[in-house]
Amino acid sequence: MAHEHKLAIFRGTVKFKNNISKIWGVFVFLSIVTIIEVALGIIKPEFLTETRFLAMKLLNWVFIILTLVKAYYITWDFMHMRDEKSGLRRAVVWTGVFLICYLMLILLIEGDYIFEVYKNNYVKFDF
Amino acid sequence: MDTTVEKTGTEGKTWGGGNRPLNASYGKLMMWFFIVSDALTFSGFIAAYGFSRFKFIDAWPIADEVFTHVPFLHGVPAPMYYVAFMTFILIFSSVTMVLAVDAGHKMQQKKVIWYMFFTIIGGAIFVGSQAWEWATFIKGDYGAVETKGGKILQFLDTDGKRVALAEFAEKIPTTRDIHLEQNGVWYEAEPTVTTYSFEEVKAGFLANDNLLVRTQYYNENGKPTVLTREESVAKIMNDGKLVVEGANLKHNEYGHPLFADFFFFITGFHGFHVLTGVLINIIIFFNVVIGTYERRGSYEMVEKVGLYWHFVDLVWVFVFTFFYLV
Repeated sequence: MAHEHKLAIFRGTVKFKNNISKIWGVFVFLSIVTIIEVALGIIKPEFLTETRFLAMKLLNWVFIILTLVKAYYITWDFMHMRDEKSGLRRAVVWTGVFLICYLMLILLIEGDYIFEVYKNNYVKFDF
Repeated sequence: MDTTVEKTGTEGKTWGGGNRPLNASYGKLMMWFFIVSDALTFSGFIAAYGFSRFKFIDAWPIADEVFTHVPFLHGVPAPMYYVAFMTFILIFSSVTMVLAVDAGHKMQQKKVIWYMFFTIIGGAIFVGSQAWEWATFIKGDYGAVETKGGKILQFLDTDGKRVALAEFAEKIPTTRDIHLEQNGVWYEAEPTVTTYSFEEVKAGFLANDNLLVRTQYYNENGKPTVLTREESVAKIMNDGKLVVEGANLKHNEYGHPLFADFFFFITGFHGFHVLTGVLINIIIFFNVVIGTYERRGSYEMVEKVGLYWHFVDLVWVFVFTFFYLV
């Protein structure tokens, strides 16, 4: 793979002339995403903090999705995952994504359960 | 002799051996192995943070009120700006790193040297910022009172503005007897002494009628509950126990001590990764300078350390989200 790079991002809609301009393009994109995140974090628009989806504020979903977008471009373009064979790509990404999703699911459900126990049961916690 | 040679019948196939099925060198594959396992370690920490946060979901510190400082701008509340700056530094050092890898592919030694140099500078700025952030967090700003149950009570005036302990605590002259090692069979160093004792804070609080107490529990609007003056006085008199200034592993003036524990642990572990990344980068940098890879004919080593460096950036993206934004 050493010298060939796939130069198109956003599923082929943006194409770059060479690898260096692709790197700067991805940097600009990551910066814009970060600026949006920070701006949302400072402003905290009310319609995003009031609405909830799956027990979480809409704003937090926005943050998490933007983070995953950033993670994708860092892995795909900075770590050259785009240029690797699909076997290597899947071995790394599927393993990580599956195990992390599983871990998150069981730990967050358990944490919420303990919260309910403290709140509703006969455990005195506020003194 | 021909009959003793093992033939598997898979020669020439992708996984038949003798080639690189994933088209990556041994070193690069091992770096990916390490990255996957390290990613799982970090996600374990972050998932544990999520667990504790969900467990105390109605009393978790708000990151915006904790990390409000920017160097040289003393007393100006500026939530997030400094962390955003740190994020940019790290992303930018990732860019210079990937440019170094690119220059390495083209065997441009001079460019690799410069890009590696900028990467190292970026990493150093990040670690320095991290240290400053820790120091500010440990020092604290307003101070608070901890109850017998380990809950945090913060002070507000009637306009809802935070009030620092120094603004109202009364000085009560006391003489302290310091226990020295030579006086006891068992000697334990005394815990850190806060600027004001609980008695001084209590006296000052009772003397100032405009002070209210804010608990760490959220009301129905999702904001920390502010007690009335009567409730505040009762809370301080009955439950107050000690003064907390700043944060350490046991006490945290911003709220739940677990918040501080996870902050120190996760950002500390990440900062340690950045530190080792900088050190490895420096080693590779000098190898590039003395021409090791020029003679070897391949700059793959730069690519491998680059993978590690990008991974550190990747982890920071998640730490940033889960510690400062969400």
